[in-house]
Amino acid sequence: MRTRTTIEFRNVSKDFGAVHAVSDLSFTVEPGVVTGFLGPNGAGKTTSLRMLLGLVRPTSGSATFGGTAYRDLPRPLATVGTALEASSFSPGRTARNHLSVYAVAAGIPRTRVAEVLELTGIAEAADRRVGGFSLGMRQRLGLAFALLGDPEVLVLDEPINGLDPEGIRWIRGLLRHLAAEGRTVLVSSHLLSEVQQTVDRVVILSRGRIVHQGSLDDLETAATVLVDAPDRDALRSALRAAGLAVSDTDAGLAVSAASADVGAIAHRAGVPLSLLQPERAGLEEVFLELVSAPDGGRA
Amino acid sequence: MIAALRSETLKLTSTRLWWVLVLIMVGYVGFTAALLAGLFGALGDQLAAQPDAPQLPPEMIPPVVYSAVTAVGYVFPLILGTLAITSEVRYQTLTPTFLAQPRRGRVLAAKLVVLAGAGAVFGVFGLIVTLGLGAPILTATGNDAALGESATWALAGRVVLAMALWAVIGVGVGSLIQNQVAAIITVLAFTQFVEPILRLGTSIWDWTAAVGRFLPGAASDALVGSSIFTSFAGGGSADPLEWWQGGLVLLGVAAAVSIVGYLTAWRRDIT
Repeated sequence: MRTRTTIEFRNVSKDFGAVHAVSDLSFTVEPGVVTGFLGPNGAGKTTSLRMLLGLVRPTSGSATFGGTAYRDLPRPLATVGTALEASSFSPGRTARNHLSVYAVAAGIPRTRVAEVLELTGIAEAADRRVGGFSLGMRQRLGLAFALLGDPEVLVLDEPINGLDPEGIRWIRGLLRHLAAEGRTVLVSSHLLSEVQQTVDRVVILSRGRIVHQGSLDDLETAATVLVDAPDRDALRSALRAAGLAVSDTDAGLAVSAASADVGAIAHRAGVPLSLLQPERAGLEEVFLELVSAPDGGRA
Repeated sequence: MIAALRSETLKLTSTRLWWVLVLIMVGYVGFTAALLAGLFGALGDQLAAQPDAPQLPPEMIPPVVYSAVTAVGYVFPLILGTLAITSEVRYQTLTPTFLAQPRRGRVLAAKLVVLAGAGAVFGVFGLIVTLGLGAPILTATGNDAALGESATWALAGRVVLAMALWAVIGVGVGSLIQNQVAAIITVLAFTQFVEPILRLGTSIWDWTAAVGRFLPGAASDALVGSSIFTSFAGGGSADPLEWWQGGLVLLGVAAAVSIVGYLTAWRRDIT
């Protein structure tokens, strides 16, 4: 049985001079699922992750692994695996030596270096200098570094960025597999659609504040449903009578409600439907609305 | 701490930087040593014929030739030490470094120790070439190469120690000035321009000379016990430092920059 470790942010704030990069961030990341850490560029995702990893000192609050700060972990790489930006390499060093440098520092046997190179599919390039690597190969090398200590927790910043479609499919499978093994997986992205198929839970950040946290389904209930009936006027009246906001579109009526509720209202009003369609694309729109609302959205 | 030392050693040896610097240094100090040995051989007779010309006692010639390692080559371990930190900043590898070892003080301490070893290796390479080129040329031009004298080998030991200390100073400079371009410009400007002018300027009056001998380059020459600069500049009446005093000055400079660097830039946020 592997140790299950949560990630805990407690009222974390960070100011860079007069700029409030992150404000009063509180959330918990549970083991066994993939959690998406979402927000546009500049929302404070990377700063939050760097505070969690002891690289940036919070102005106030604490970010810990089950109560233990990163710097106090007895074997940090064996507890937390991290892939931050894809450019943390000395270009003149080979991939194998790059990983060996940190394996040696963390007391991880060198045999593990060969294993993670194999696992991330860059074993053939192991003895080439990293300077000649493509962005996709650098992402894989970054992931190899994260997996070095066979960690309980994975913290990955934009790991999908720069991967080809085959690489994206591979990393999605890998993340789900790691979570299914009981590990805690936190993946940041500035695109919901990029991680939509991979994550179970989301924490959405905008301008340094959390604007939504919960399951992906929670987010979807806030999405739009496209509904239509041969008697569109009757449907519109019924929905309005139920207190829902309705707007006309070419394809039908757009309603901000769950599709099950819309169906029930139409059924009670005796209006046969010709269309009832949750806006899948609406998820991205909800996301964009959340992160672009001038007041920071629904806090 | 052993793990940190091994990791820093692997960092240093797994890129080409260190031996590229060794090659350039070997070429530079080798050329200087050969030139000095040749000049003394060719000019020695002419100078001796002119009683009013500045005289260099024959027993001082071999040390001047062999100490070319530190006299002109000390900047190489200094740059290596500086790059050991600034290249990590430049390539953002401080992030994985501090993830693998969150105790930043240990990382800095390991770098100081490993770079001291690397500086000593630079000293050995430098001596191989100054002795290897200088001694045969001295012998061929009728001078005594002094290879049998214990003083020559004591000088060699102090050269190795000085080169080690310069590399340690480099680490301290890097920890303080983390921008690579700024750090290298500072190192080159200070060692090639500011300090030579200060040393010349301070040698004018007695009281300034008493201060000037504590400049790092002067202290390094004092530690080694000989240098092309001290042999010819020697105007001021202040006695140079004892060799061990010179060593302590270098050690003090290394400690000062490292401690200030650790307390300021080294503990900053890594963004």
